[in-house]
Amino acid sequence: MTILQAQEVALSFGETPALRGASLEVAKGEVLAVMGPSGSGKSTLLHCLAGILVPDSGEVHFDGQRLDTLGENDRSAFRRDKFGFVFQFGQLVPELTAVENVALPLLLCGRPRKEALAAARPWFGRLELDGLEQRRSGELSGGQAQRVAVARGLVSNPTVLFADEPTGALDSLTGEHVMELLTGAAREQGTTVVLVTHEPRVAAYADREVIVRDGRVTGVAVATGSSS
Amino acid sequence: MTVPLALLGLLEREPSHGYDLKRDYDVYFGRGKPLPYGQVYATLGRLARDGKVIVGDAEPGGGPDRKRYVITDDGASELHAWLAQPVQPEPHLQTVLFVKVTLALMLDRSAETFLDVQRATHLQRMRELTEVKRTADVADALLADHGLFHLEADLRWIDLTAARLAQLAKEVAR
Repeated sequence: MTILQAQEVALSFGETPALRGASLEVAKGEVLAVMGPSGSGKSTLLHCLAGILVPDSGEVHFDGQRLDTLGENDRSAFRRDKFGFVFQFGQLVPELTAVENVALPLLLCGRPRKEALAAARPWFGRLELDGLEQRRSGELSGGQAQRVAVARGLVSNPTVLFADEPTGALDSLTGEHVMELLTGAAREQGTTVVLVTHEPRVAAYADREVIVRDGRVTGVAVATGSSS
Repeated sequence: MTVPLALLGLLEREPSHGYDLKRDYDVYFGRGKPLPYGQVYATLGRLARDGKVIVGDAEPGGGPDRKRYVITDDGASELHAWLAQPVQPEPHLQTVLFVKVTLALMLDRSAETFLDVQRATHLQRMRELTEVKRTADVADALLADHGLFHLEADLRWIDLTAARLAQLAKEVAR
């Protein structure tokens, strides 16, 4: 079943076209890697799928509902209620403790503080962060901070998690550990993941990859029975 | 492994003599390791025996190496099937990948499509090895990592080549 769909999405920044008719379907529960060279439009496509940016033309559908024609307030509500996000840099609020950071999406949804913190705490065990609940972002390593961000992205049990270069600031081993935990937790709770990355080792954690090139999506069926 | 198919590719471009085939092979694919004449004629002999090429009559004034070779329909079919197939991901593929990309450009086929299929094949193998790592002991995980690093290096080359196809096409154009 398709949960997310882009149809011929085009978007320019001033005179510069970023997307030139990108089409994509994401199945419910799928972990999809969006790959492509720098400047190909892959992050812009993610932002359009997530309702952060509105395309100049084309359509974006989420669970059968058209997203791109909604107003800013409605798209904002969608993002809060249905989507989770993990980015490359600067995601944690430095004034808050790690557990408060994880609980943040629930607090923004109106959950009582005590309840939100109680829901956030189990994520520290799931993402191997036990004992770090009261630390602030400056007291966490890069890998730990990114796992806190992953927990925050998944704590509200979103339908779709959007991850834009989630391991881009980490060394290879730490990045793989984050991906292992991110995809494991997402699969466990049936969250669809749209993962933007230029790293093949990160994309290898996905079920499928598409390539964005010059603002368009190219997909190739996985080959079997290849020869030399 | 690629020599017979590379020669078929050069013959698909135009019928040629053994001497010219060797020269073109050395220019495009030899890279400091020229093809011995003996191997050229032995390979052409096998291709003729298997019906992949037809050997013309010796041309006046020439020796045995002045025979003209022409690719047959069977030879062209084998070449096109080979060009369309991605290569099994394994270390040290650069020669085969390079030959396929160069021949695709020479024969006006889509080298970009070949690279896309190859990239997907490599990523599928990387997914398999990543899955192995999830449940493997340390020794097997390290072996899987060895494979993953090599595949990643191939993928970097594939991306670089995809970005430079236009330049390479100019170099191999006649």
